[in-house]
Amino acid sequence: MSEKVPTRDGFGKAVVELGKKDKRIVVLSGDLEDATRAEYFKFEFPDRFFNLGITEQDVVATAAGMAKMGFVPFACSFAVFLTNRAYDMIRLDVCYNQTNVKVVCSHGGVTVGEDGASAQCLEDFAIMRVLPNMRVICPADVHEAVKATEEMVKIDGPFYMRTSRAPLPVLTKESDPFEIGKAKVLKAGNDVSIIACGVMVSEALKASESLEGKGIKTRVINMHTIKPIDEDAILKAARETGAVVTAEEHQVFGGLGSAVAEVLAQKYPVPQEMVAVMDAFGLTGSPDQLMKHFHLTADDIVTAVERVLKRKR
Amino acid sequence: MTKHNIDVAEFEKIALTMRKEILEAVHRAQCGHPGGSLSAVEIFVSLYGYKMRHRPQDPDWEDRDRLIISKGHCSPVAYVALANYGYFPKDELLRYRMYGSMLQGHVHSKVPGIEFNTGSLGHGLSVANGMALGARLLGKDLNVFCILGDGEIQEGSIWEAAMSASHHKLDHVCAIVDYNKVQENGPTNEIKNLEPLALKWESFGWNVIEADGHDVRALIAALDAFEKTEGRPTVIIAHTVKGKGVSFMEGNFRWHGKAPKAEELKKAVAELEHKG
Repeated sequence: MSEKVPTRDGFGKAVVELGKKDKRIVVLSGDLEDATRAEYFKFEFPDRFFNLGITEQDVVATAAGMAKMGFVPFACSFAVFLTNRAYDMIRLDVCYNQTNVKVVCSHGGVTVGEDGASAQCLEDFAIMRVLPNMRVICPADVHEAVKATEEMVKIDGPFYMRTSRAPLPVLTKESDPFEIGKAKVLKAGNDVSIIACGVMVSEALKASESLEGKGIKTRVINMHTIKPIDEDAILKAARETGAVVTAEEHQVFGGLGSAVAEVLAQKYPVPQEMVAVMDAFGLTGSPDQLMKHFHLTADDIVTAVERVLKRKR
Repeated sequence: MTKHNIDVAEFEKIALTMRKEILEAVHRAQCGHPGGSLSAVEIFVSLYGYKMRHRPQDPDWEDRDRLIISKGHCSPVAYVALANYGYFPKDELLRYRMYGSMLQGHVHSKVPGIEFNTGSLGHGLSVANGMALGARLLGKDLNVFCILGDGEIQEGSIWEAAMSASHHKLDHVCAIVDYNKVQENGPTNEIKNLEPLALKWESFGWNVIEADGHDVRALIAALDAFEKTEGRPTVIIAHTVKGKGVSFMEGNFRWHGKAPKAEELKKAVAELEHKG
């Protein structure tokens, strides 16, 4: 787990490779292709790359128009700008029209760092997940970002993927299988389950190690697809471990924790604790400082596990 | 592939039929948007009856010209036009805005001939640009028309799209503003004035053509001029009258989104027939 790579790099490389084989792929950008890594595609395929300027609404709706002509457009910017500023376009032109647009955004979460709250997207899972026809992905590492990019081209219809600005530990192997909507158990255990996505997957693995020292065997689940959520994996975890902790770099409302709670509440209620940002905006600081400030570290997961185990029947 | 026989009398006959059918559909549903539908009748007639390359029996023909109806609330005129030009049987109009009908309240692509679902304003011009960029990449020589409401162009996203179209020299894009000068709660010049409208588009790099939006000949001339324009997009500012053809609806914002009662329908149809 020593190597660290931002997941945005995985997207940038993958979309170039896909573009070599598939002429339908086009990339539209809101003048942030340097940051989202969409510029890798720009350098390789300038004719199929469009920087429409700082006009997020235009980026998304234009992508929808290109999709209607048979193209597979990737619409790229920071997560805050596309999912918030262009929300009505994502709702109507992408989801309601069921256009084959892939919304891929970097700069999710507080690990954006020094830019502060205005650039740290903490509500994208919630507001994308609630849209019919939308699928929502947050890869845990660079290999998953590559595979998710490949998979979303194979599946017709709207996708949202959040990538990281921060380098994330490489947890998986290039050869590992990856399927949209299929969670991955990274560690076996039957005392408690930790369900995480994105940067929190590596925190969950660290937490699991220190819990092991206390004699607690955790199951660590990488829920890279937030919608459609893997109900089977959640229910299996609930039945076999009886307690769940969710961990995400996102507001506590409406994200991965909520998606898991929806399944548990309706099908197999067990105690759940949520590690997430507690209804607050981000801050300026280094990623590590902010992870500590917002209680998103392995230690915070350990505390949540101890809490949930007290509630376990 | 411009058609050569221009039978204006025939176009006017279709326009009259469409106006009656619009009012009947909105009356039957007891909701919908008659004002901005009546103002756009000749725009639709000049597109489907004259300029657009399209095949009603093969609505998905890949080389067709595209029409994005960005003012999605004018579904009555859109559906009535499609029925009149053979996209689906007129009987279907009886089910406008009814539960289970394909004729959704705002234009929807489940209706043959409708390219894109709209209803939230300010989206269509970007979508049209996307189609034109796509057509260019595919090497297809097709036109993309986009009907905009005048109130709609208060949306900032329209001007984002306006910049994109001229920057990318999308000369196959033709926006048509149904400039009836009245929006939901009053005259546009009292709510958020659009003037000087032609100068706004010009300053965004567009070829601007102003035309009487109820004169089919004028619209045809404008559409022909669009097709000859190279290197920049065209906007046709169609000067129209909200509620055109019905004296008590004309210029009256109260008829933006209100359905006529039986007596009002009777009076409106009698007026239209008298003029026709």
